[in-house]
Amino acid sequence: MRIDARDIHVRFGDAQVLRGVALAVGPGEMVGLIGANGAGKSTLLRVLAGVQAPGEGAVLYDGRPSRAIGERELARRVAFLAQDGEALWPLSVAAVVALGRLPYRRPFAGLSAADRAAVGRAMGAAEVKPFRERVVGTLSGGERMRVLLARALAVEGDILLADEPIAALDPLHQLQVMALLRATARRGAGVVVVLHDLTLAARFCGRLVLLSGGRVLADGPAEAVLADANVAEAYGVTLARGERAGETYLLPWEPVAVGCHGHAHIREER
Amino acid sequence: MSVVASSVAARRWDWSEGGRYAALVAILAVATIGCMAASLLAGYAPLDVPAAFADLVAGRDTLAALVLLELRLPRALLGALVGFSLGITGAAMQGLLRNPLAEPGVVGISGAAALGAVVVFYSGLAGLVALALPLGGIAGAALATVVLYGLVGRGAGTMTLVLAGVAINSFAGALTSLALNLSPNPYAATEIIFWLMGSLADRSLAHVWLTLPLMGLGWALLILSGPALDGLTLGEDTARSLGFNLERLRLQLISGAALAVGSAVAVSGAIGFVGLVVPHLLRPLVGHRPGRLLLVSGFGGAVLTLAADAAVRLLPIRPELKLGVVTAIVGAPFLFWLIYRLRRLA
Repeated sequence: MRIDARDIHVRFGDAQVLRGVALAVGPGEMVGLIGANGAGKSTLLRVLAGVQAPGEGAVLYDGRPSRAIGERELARRVAFLAQDGEALWPLSVAAVVALGRLPYRRPFAGLSAADRAAVGRAMGAAEVKPFRERVVGTLSGGERMRVLLARALAVEGDILLADEPIAALDPLHQLQVMALLRATARRGAGVVVVLHDLTLAARFCGRLVLLSGGRVLADGPAEAVLADANVAEAYGVTLARGERAGETYLLPWEPVAVGCHGHAHIREER
Repeated sequence: MSVVASSVAARRWDWSEGGRYAALVAILAVATIGCMAASLLAGYAPLDVPAAFADLVAGRDTLAALVLLELRLPRALLGALVGFSLGITGAAMQGLLRNPLAEPGVVGISGAAALGAVVVFYSGLAGLVALALPLGGIAGAALATVVLYGLVGRGAGTMTLVLAGVAINSFAGALTSLALNLSPNPYAATEIIFWLMGSLADRSLAHVWLTLPLMGLGWALLILSGPALDGLTLGEDTARSLGFNLERLRLQLISGAALAVGSAVAVSGAIGFVGLVVPHLLRPLVGHRPGRLLLVSGFGGAVLTLAADAAVRLLPIRPELKLGVVTAIVGAPFLFWLIYRLRRLA
């Protein structure tokens, strides 16, 4: 499925959060959505998921608006991992992951064999099977995040939209989850993932979209998007760069000084 | 090999969960029927219930048949209907608000229904028309529903609904007090106060036939919301992404609550704590899944209400304790225990 957001504007009260954003993602693409806090990443992801209606603009799924597809069909094809998807009731891990199959289920029917298989695959991929019977509230933050990711994977949609899935994870699980998302994309799904770690974004995402002030500042391969000028404008920092085994790593180094014309200049050493 | 083993384990796990749920529903349904039978047996005059039934079926107009048909049967049926309505609505409201302290009256329906009945009392219609009281209660609930619909139609979220519920309940409470304040004589005021305490005494089969279809429709709306309430477990964004329309869900739950609880209050007055306590007691038994809690809470509410109503008649206290008083006296300490347990878990 191809998801195509055109000229998206979103306003919350007086705050204009998105100002004319366009973003198209095709099957098999792994897109990293990056930008400073408040740049509009989460809002854009919610618009793509059909959870937030845009004030202006439209999102087309394979050329059709969400209304033409229907809520249930859209829910089967677009999986969304929300940022604050916290389980309130003390559900078991298996029960939470099974929620991802709700778009497939008939009222009063239990999990079908296909549902159970999908739940098993998702739990296996996110490595949550060892604690499938435990209550979600008793898990560590990282384990809980993987359970929620498994819930989104269980939808087995054509598109996976993940809002900061690695923010609470330790380094090993960050790498594992990024590899898992990339594998999901390689199997043919379009993946859009909101990230703050620029190194992981550059390493794992074939394409980065940099948002700044509710607009797309840059869209393309990591080397181009993470150019010093773009990073300075979007984040207000300089990057230290290094290389290991042919791949670049990036560290936020220091804030940039703002020049007299409003342009960001990279501050000299000392 | 291990794949086979794990799929067998998964099936057993799922079967045991589904089977346990079905067994729980069956047990509670049987318990409800048992409590209805107990309710038929509990009364002030000695009554040979099987003989009375035989008379009733044979069409013999004996006193026993009359007592059964006009007194015992309506009371047992209404106990089950009102209890089921309170239990299921409490579970639905807790699921919608994702808050364990929500109760059936949280959106203001029950306060408005009580006011509707009080207005009928106050106007003197209660003495003139047989079903004026429950009809007044239903009218009050309907009025509150219109207000809530208007709010949801304008895009109000769940929190706005709760605030609207607080406002409706306060306003209805104030108007109820006003009616008491201006009541023409102390006798009328006492009558209103006693009615508000909640009771199933002296209701007729006409009350049953009036409320049964409304409640049944309300229950259906609430039970059909089960999958959406499950989806809401992980928050509103996730529920939307799973294909649930939350505006429609809110309207469905308001309608369901208004039909079920509005009718319950209209026919029985205010019976507190059943809708709060029952979902809590049963939640661990359904794996804390909001969708599965609905039906079992309905039966649980029926059992609790019927048991309390039987206790009211069996306790050697006269005048008869009001049902709402008993459920509150039993329910409030339970709430303390619940708070204590929630603190310990946190």
